[in-house]
Amino acid sequence: MDLNISRRAAALLILCSGFSLLCGCRGEVPPKPTGGVTIVPPIKPDNGPQAYPEAEKSNLPVFTMDYPRIQIPFEITLWMLLASFAKIGFHVYHKITIWVPESCLLISIGLIVGAIMHSVHEEPPAVLTSNVFFLYMLPPIVLDSGYFMPTRPFFENIGTVLWFAVVGTLWNSIGIGMSLFAICQIEAFGVQDINLQENLLFASIISAVDPVAVLNVFEDVNVNEQLYIVVFGECLFNDAVTVVLYNMFSFVAEMPVVEPVDVFLGVARFFVVGLGGMGFGILFGFVAAFTTRFTSKVREIEPLFIFMYSYLAYLVAELFAISSIMAIVTCALTMKYYVEENVSQRSCTTIRHVVKMLGSISETLIFFFLGVVTITTEHEWNWGYILFTLLFAFVWRGLGVLVLTQIINPFRTIPFNLKDQFGLAYGGLRGAISFALAFTLPDNIGRKQLFVTATIAIILFTVFLQGISIRPLIEFINVRRTNRNLGTINVEIHCRLMEHTIAGIEDLCGQWSHFYWKDKFMKFNNRILRRILIRDSRAESSIVALYKKLELQNAMEILDTVSGDISAAPSIVSLYEEKKSSAKPKKKFLAADLRNMHDILSKNMYKIRQRTVAYTNKHTLPNDSQTKEILIRRHTSIRRSLRPGSFQSTMVPKSHKYFSLPAGQSLDLKFPPARLSYTDDHETLSEVAYPTRRSRSGRPTRSSSRAMMPLRRLDTLTEAPSVDTVGDGGRTDHGVSRTNSSYSDSHVAPRRHLNSSNDNDSGSVDNLRNNHHEAPEEEEEPQPSSSSPVWAAEPRDGTTRNPLLRRPQWNPKKK
Amino acid sequence: MGAKQTRSAQKYQDLTDKTGFSPEQIKNLHKRFQHLSDNEETISRENLEKIPALANNPIRKQIIDAFFDKRNQHQNEVGAFQEIGFEQFLMVMSHFRPPTLKTTEEEREAMRKEKLRFLFNMHDTDNDGTITLEEYRKVVEELLSKSGAIGLEAAKAIADAAMLEVASTNVPHMAPDDFYEGITFEHFEQILKGLEMESRMHIRFLDVDTMTMRCGKSKS
Repeated sequence: MDLNISRRAAALLILCSGFSLLCGCRGEVPPKPTGGVTIVPPIKPDNGPQAYPEAEKSNLPVFTMDYPRIQIPFEITLWMLLASFAKIGFHVYHKITIWVPESCLLISIGLIVGAIMHSVHEEPPAVLTSNVFFLYMLPPIVLDSGYFMPTRPFFENIGTVLWFAVVGTLWNSIGIGMSLFAICQIEAFGVQDINLQENLLFASIISAVDPVAVLNVFEDVNVNEQLYIVVFGECLFNDAVTVVLYNMFSFVAEMPVVEPVDVFLGVARFFVVGLGGMGFGILFGFVAAFTTRFTSKVREIEPLFIFMYSYLAYLVAELFAISSIMAIVTCALTMKYYVEENVSQRSCTTIRHVVKMLGSISETLIFFFLGVVTITTEHEWNWGYILFTLLFAFVWRGLGVLVLTQIINPFRTIPFNLKDQFGLAYGGLRGAISFALAFTLPDNIGRKQLFVTATIAIILFTVFLQGISIRPLIEFINVRRTNRNLGTINVEIHCRLMEHTIAGIEDLCGQWSHFYWKDKFMKFNNRILRRILIRDSRAESSIVALYKKLELQNAMEILDTVSGDISAAPSIVSLYEEKKSSAKPKKKFLAADLRNMHDILSKNMYKIRQRTVAYTNKHTLPNDSQTKEILIRRHTSIRRSLRPGSFQSTMVPKSHKYFSLPAGQSLDLKFPPARLSYTDDHETLSEVAYPTRRSRSGRPTRSSSRAMMPLRRLDTLTEAPSVDTVGDGGRTDHGVSRTNSSYSDSHVAPRRHLNSSNDNDSGSVDNLRNNHHEAPEEEEEPQPSSSSPVWAAEPRDGTTRNPLLRRPQWNPKKK
Repeated sequence: MGAKQTRSAQKYQDLTDKTGFSPEQIKNLHKRFQHLSDNEETISRENLEKIPALANNPIRKQIIDAFFDKRNQHQNEVGAFQEIGFEQFLMVMSHFRPPTLKTTEEEREAMRKEKLRFLFNMHDTDNDGTITLEEYRKVVEELLSKSGAIGLEAAKAIADAAMLEVASTNVPHMAPDDFYEGITFEHFEQILKGLEMESRMHIRFLDVDTMTMRCGKSKS
């Protein structure tokens, strides 16, 4: 059983790392500067104590061990591994993560490890200091959220998002702070020594919501888009607000007297900090975009720029003590669009993966530490204070949502109803940020331990109780849902249609909502920004479309060789079968085709009202399976064609199920030899050739590179080992075709087909083929992000009586 | 507020009852209407085609057609107007009123149906109750027309695949030689069943007249 094995592995790892810590933590951990966010250069844990080898050994030692030298990085690595293994473990048994959020599980593991460590009287590693947190752990988390922010819904709801994030957080902090201060006046609790500033500081810490778990749930139950984006955006921006507040209050808390002037200064500072951060973010975002314009020759380090610039934005913002979170978020938002067009497909994938990876490891670690720290630190438990904290956090959150929605609702097209409000209020889980902030409180706060305890209590309470119960509750009260997974072409088309209609009607009745500004921005963007920031500043659609066209032709050439009424249908068949064989739950209809269609629609239609792709949350990688599907499909089709079964005739009767090459014909036939010379020095193409080849050869097509391979497919076909299935005949044919010398002999065959179908089609195909010739010149570097519209291969029709519409042509079951 | 001008108050009241717009909104829209029609009583196609903001909307023609389509007037009439008055203008606009918090579930359902019907009518240009493949293709072509290079071929293919999909969802057991004539409204509803219209087919008509000034400027 996988489950058992991995459990055992996890247990083993816990033990082993426990041991390592046992022996490890004896060594001194360098004292890290604590206290607020300072501009002191961080002590990088990696450069920890560089213990020199002990000198003056008389003999050459045969075996030495120098643990202190590697201690810090070693332990960090072990912790990360442990946390990651825990993550793997959860997903082995899938149902756990459905009902219990991952953060709960991580905390639980952390608790167990903490208990082990506690039982052997071991201190937790003092890794989580203020600097480590703010300089290393926070940026990846925020970058992750910022980079994968669903842009379109976000900007459509930006008012509401900011309203909740800024005003809501202020409301919570001040509300909770004040009420706790009131509680502190009650003698019975014995906490009179906590003054107002400290209460406010504490309140600002615990008003940072971190609803990763909730977002996961929301996504699973397809909660409506508005609610989702508001929760998402809120968590992102209220981190910024919270950190600002935290810095402000921790500064204020150290001041002996607070004068009214300070309050105003505080407010002013709040804006300076927020807007300044945004400014830096935009600046660095543009610089990053501009830099990637020139990286086409150094693809290897392309992704690095993204990280370095965002990190730089973060650090510089930190340097000036303005909101570094805002900086990195806006930086990510700004550059994403341009960078993804500039960089190659693979770099793009790399960037996404690494952003995800860093973000999720950072978060995992924080939750994990939360568990450990809960057990291992000394707590100051004060029933009254902690219970009231819980109560107030809950009450003020609820009240806040209620009141703020009443204010914002008149400005929304779709007002939030009570159910949405409940979702919003109940989704206010506290998480990693709160914990880290509390844990890094300056030591001169008298009741630091109480604050840490209370924060941990509230995190555990919300994460466990609310986190686990929110799914059933949301399902029970039946919050309005948006079915985001409606993967049908019609839906896609009609979404478009509706968007354009609405846009048109709005234009007609002369009022502009966000569309108006979007429109303005897009114009500005297309005229100026793109020209500066993007290497290939031709209008995007043309290059993308050109590229797609190549893809399309590629697909068509596969299709062409079959007579009769091929269309998207047969490719569906093959895809479908591929899916079935991989024991996937059968989707109703050609998932890949839909995605392609979606892709084409979204890339090529009225740019201004572009839809974004599906949501991505912190723990799922962006969907880049499109190309994979295409590859699968292509390969399947090719494989089919190589099967003995499809050898019978070149003029395949209408009933045939595969689009395929008639036996013995190679795909090279139609490629003009001129083009082959281009492909060699063609970076993307050649770099792509490898994964395709590999995936072709029977391995599960898990090639994560999204890169496309428009032209070089020929090679992949001919060199692929799976030709074996065919037998010698096929092999020799392909062998010949690889040399490109057999160009002419079977050249006639496809022509014959074309002519046999109606004129209309052959004409169009010829056109396409002509384009083919031009294509390579234009295609200096194929732009990423396109996927081949294989499905779009034009069926030979022209009549209403499209054979397509006859069912058996594509129904995979009738075989 | 809306009743400052007593003359128009009564007229607005009627329209409010008919269309569900608030008097302020009607006043706003009326201003816009006059702006579009150059202070005439009616609007013609040319008036609408002149709107610069609409110029790069790929389905401009369909949208404008919808305004002159009698089917969108809730009066069971068929055909097309040559010119429309303010009332017809409002009637078409009223398809896009957002629901309020008070809207009941049935009303929502009705609104949804209405919007679907509006879309259906956009497709069904010859008003025979079905969207034929040609009609569908036409719309998809228009939709893609602004992207240039993608071309008719792809548009056709998309439309075909979409049609195929409709056929397969609605008529699951088709004989091999059956031919699917076109999408009826029922089928149309069926294929868009799970789709959320709420956030897509609504316009927040403004109560306050803020935009007319800007709009006037941008026109001139």
